[in-house]
Amino acid sequence: MSDQPIIVSASPHVHSDRTSKKLMYDVVIALVPAFLVSLYVFGFNALIVTTAAVISCLLFEYLIQKYLMKTEVTIGDGSALITGILLAFNLPAGIPVWMVVVGSLVAIGVAKLSFGGIGYNIFNPALVGRVFLLVSFPVQMTLWPTAVENNTSIVDAVTGATTLGLIKEGVQFGETISSLSASIPSAQEMFLGITSGSLGEMSALALILGGVFLIARKVISWHIPVTVLASIAVMTGVFWWIDPEHYANPLIHVLSGGAILGAFYMATDLVTSPVTKKGMVIFALGIGVITVVIRLFGSYPEGISFAILIMNAFVPLINSYFKPRRFGSRIKAKIM
Amino acid sequence: MTDSILYSVILLALLGTVAALVLYVVSKKFYVYEDPLIATVEEMLPGANCAGCGSPGCRSFAEKLVGSDDISDLFCPVGGNQVMNLVAGALGKVVKEQDPTVAVIRCQGSCEVRPKTTEYQGPRSCAISALIYSGETDCQFGCLGDGDCVEVCKFDAMYMDETTGLPVVITDKCTSCGMCVEACPRNIIEMRPKHKRDLKIFVGCLNEEKGGIAKKACSVACIGCSKCFDICPKDAITMNNNLAYIDPEFCTLCRKCVDVCPTDSIIETNFPPRKNRNTDPGITIKVEPVKPQNDA
Amino acid sequence: MLRTFPKGGIHPPENKLTSSKPIKRLPPPNVVYVPISQHIGIPAEIVVDRKDKVEVGQVIAKSGGFVSSNIHAPVAGTVTKLDMIIDTRGYKQQCIVIRTDQKNESNFQDADLPLIAEISLEPEEILRRISDFGIVGLGGATFPSHVKLNIKKDRKLDCLIINGVECEPYLTADHRLMLEKGEEIMVGIRILMHALHVERAIIGIENNKRDAIENFKKLAAGDPGIQIAALKVKYPQGGEKQLVRALLKREVPKNGLPLDVGVVVHNVGTIFAIYQAVQHNRPLMERVVTVTGKKLGDPSNFWVKIGTPISELIEAVGGIPEDTRKIVSGGPMMGKALKSMDVPVTKGTSGILVISEDEASRGTPKNCIRCGECVDVCPMGLEPHLLMNLSEKGMYEKAAQEDIMTCIECGSCSYVCPSHRPLLDYIRFGKTIAKQLESNKG
Repeated sequence: MSDQPIIVSASPHVHSDRTSKKLMYDVVIALVPAFLVSLYVFGFNALIVTTAAVISCLLFEYLIQKYLMKTEVTIGDGSALITGILLAFNLPAGIPVWMVVVGSLVAIGVAKLSFGGIGYNIFNPALVGRVFLLVSFPVQMTLWPTAVENNTSIVDAVTGATTLGLIKEGVQFGETISSLSASIPSAQEMFLGITSGSLGEMSALALILGGVFLIARKVISWHIPVTVLASIAVMTGVFWWIDPEHYANPLIHVLSGGAILGAFYMATDLVTSPVTKKGMVIFALGIGVITVVIRLFGSYPEGISFAILIMNAFVPLINSYFKPRRFGSRIKAKIM
Repeated sequence: MTDSILYSVILLALLGTVAALVLYVVSKKFYVYEDPLIATVEEMLPGANCAGCGSPGCRSFAEKLVGSDDISDLFCPVGGNQVMNLVAGALGKVVKEQDPTVAVIRCQGSCEVRPKTTEYQGPRSCAISALIYSGETDCQFGCLGDGDCVEVCKFDAMYMDETTGLPVVITDKCTSCGMCVEACPRNIIEMRPKHKRDLKIFVGCLNEEKGGIAKKACSVACIGCSKCFDICPKDAITMNNNLAYIDPEFCTLCRKCVDVCPTDSIIETNFPPRKNRNTDPGITIKVEPVKPQNDA
Repeated sequence: MLRTFPKGGIHPPENKLTSSKPIKRLPPPNVVYVPISQHIGIPAEIVVDRKDKVEVGQVIAKSGGFVSSNIHAPVAGTVTKLDMIIDTRGYKQQCIVIRTDQKNESNFQDADLPLIAEISLEPEEILRRISDFGIVGLGGATFPSHVKLNIKKDRKLDCLIINGVECEPYLTADHRLMLEKGEEIMVGIRILMHALHVERAIIGIENNKRDAIENFKKLAAGDPGIQIAALKVKYPQGGEKQLVRALLKREVPKNGLPLDVGVVVHNVGTIFAIYQAVQHNRPLMERVVTVTGKKLGDPSNFWVKIGTPISELIEAVGGIPEDTRKIVSGGPMMGKALKSMDVPVTKGTSGILVISEDEASRGTPKNCIRCGECVDVCPMGLEPHLLMNLSEKGMYEKAAQEDIMTCIECGSCSYVCPSHRPLLDYIRFGKTIAKQLESNKG
């Protein structure tokens, strides 16, 4: 017998080796390929923005929890780290560092801790930070450094519009998709990550790689990413089929902008997504539809951030309407 | 310019009139008569909504007081005789004076005298841990020490003593609402008359096991030796299941039982100190048990 | 495709350390402590007194009502006293203390009685014996078997299910019994089929017990009424409702019993006890107990007399390891952590699990991150995170509306929770209060 008294507790007496910390660090690992691509494309700038976001998120979480809320400090659980990385991934590479810090403060202080910390927030913190910056500093937030292949050092000098921005502006000024096609990157380029846009939304390949890793590790389920992407593809596909001269083809919509980043990493945030699979599909469907509506008919070229935040607000409602089927609630016994 | 001012004034005036009319009609139509006495009585009650009287809140207690003809068996423990007399005056009814009571903790099983033999892991709540097992010590009757009573107390009249691991009642703040009595899964809290100067004598143990076993689990346990029972001049003590109980109705606070108890399991509070002894009267009801043999 | 139940479930590490160890016979201890409440329902009434001499199998406590059970002397000897003994929950309970007469040979007679395959008794007589000989459900619930078998004439019943799932990690008592007493169990099944007038029986066994499946397949060859079904390994498949769903695709209605879908479920251990009671007039006074734990010297399966203190069992496997911090009666998922090793083996004790320091402690609970894992694994389609929340906040009526009462307390939710939240602790508490509220109402 050990010197210490024996422990008595209620069953179960064993526990799986999954912990929330492990889940969080799996997400961090999944984001590494996309980060490497952004390093390759944007060089030093990507490193600065990401480091600034991560450090300020951790710091704000520490300071607020320690001195303002006077609760246990939870910066070690990895959630603030993810918020920092995801926030950076949603920013353009050329953004001034102080804006990153402001964004982090909004993300951690307003969107996460003011609701009570991890688990209590309604909206995805990184997205709240990003949208706050987008509406406060629209100019800097849409100044996209263009990726220049094999010449990453001069990135600062050249800026251009994102694919979706190009299309939106072009169509507004009466051009057609076919006349724009010269300036739109090819699907292959977008897939590999040589376009302009936010830090993390560069390479669809890298993002999907990380996403598949998360699904394989059962951190997220396939329901949200697949439904989001499928609903975007189907809806834009319908418009494209009706009028290919004014609407871009679904492949461009799925591969460009934050669709994949949002679908795999932002919409699947455990805290701000529904708990049941049924609910997840409804939630993801809503994201897809709102994204397409904003992209095609709204004034912003990209809308997945808004779509996710809007659907975040519906999560409690979805949770209370889409419950798992109770065992034994439907009697269909056939007695022979 | 003037036109728009005129229009907006007229519009707002019209709107206001319509709204006032609607409010008037509705308030007339849906008016419910209510005895103004209920409001008066409610005003007199403490307003703690503690449910100590048996009604869910002060409002419903006031309704009950006004509604029933005979209120002699209704009592507000928080307001006490003073408030009840006030109510009785307002209603012209008769109330029965009741001795003020206060909560007492009938367990002295501190960490020192009642060693922990197991470690409980789980939600810190007496109600939950009582469901799982008999507690961290070998005594299955005593305090579990997770503070459900402190949690429910609305008057800040209880706190957990860090060193003993037992709850303590702050007598001055205790309104004897009875919430703690209900919250305790072990029923160790009892409402006992406060007497003058808060003098109380009661058995601080509920262990029904045989003497030896009880003593082994807790050195201040009642071992059911009946010495107090034998010495009590007023027959206020009963023995049941190896356990003594002092009936407050008959106890005259003579303190003879305290002196004979071999395990110091009878608690006396706020008595003037006997020689060589320090007590801290007034604040807590938990006073170091007397060492009778040495003194007497 | 192996059959299983569709929704929820987990697969904890099996750790069946003793699956290849034959059941050994533990010599009767010097003193046995026989509690009078070893079953669900009314405690039995003591019918012996101090200094009485008792024979093996003599009734020492009589059934206290319909939902109750007789208790028999597990050893021959003298009643030394009627005392209190600590139970699995740490509370004192009445028990009969018998000093074993170590010279009496009947104490050493074992359960290897010659096989009697012929069923000669009428159904009424079979049920009477099951009731008289104190048979209760040996899977762990200890529900008196005669109550379960007392089926009104108007109820439709078409299938008998034998639960050989043993989905709890570590435990191998049923597994060994199925291997060693297969023939007797087959006879037991036929006895029950005869008594209940059913034509069909299915033995459900998880696929990690291939040898037991093969054994029964061999024994049941040529008997079309008895099927053997291999099931996918998934906890909690041994739960009645899950097992019925897995084997027959029938869903027992909410708050209902398997009988509502024409099924009766019995554990293999119960079947063996029924066989002995009916064919050999042998009451239930011993059972198979798995004594296991990673640090134990020689984890084993034992035939143990009811009333044997657990400390004797642990002694028999080489004593308690140095760093033991938890002793569990039953399996790791649903067993009860014990306060002391003085607790005696009762009819419901399927195993003793000794857990060492590094596995005994629970993780510190953190905030719920709403990952939905508990919802995914709940075999009853409940939302454990929600139920815990409601019960923590005292909203018991709302919890009852969310079907808290249908929880089978399998513990899958607490097992998977990445934030180590004590989901089941709160749900169990909420259930208790909700039940009280309901009975107050009614």
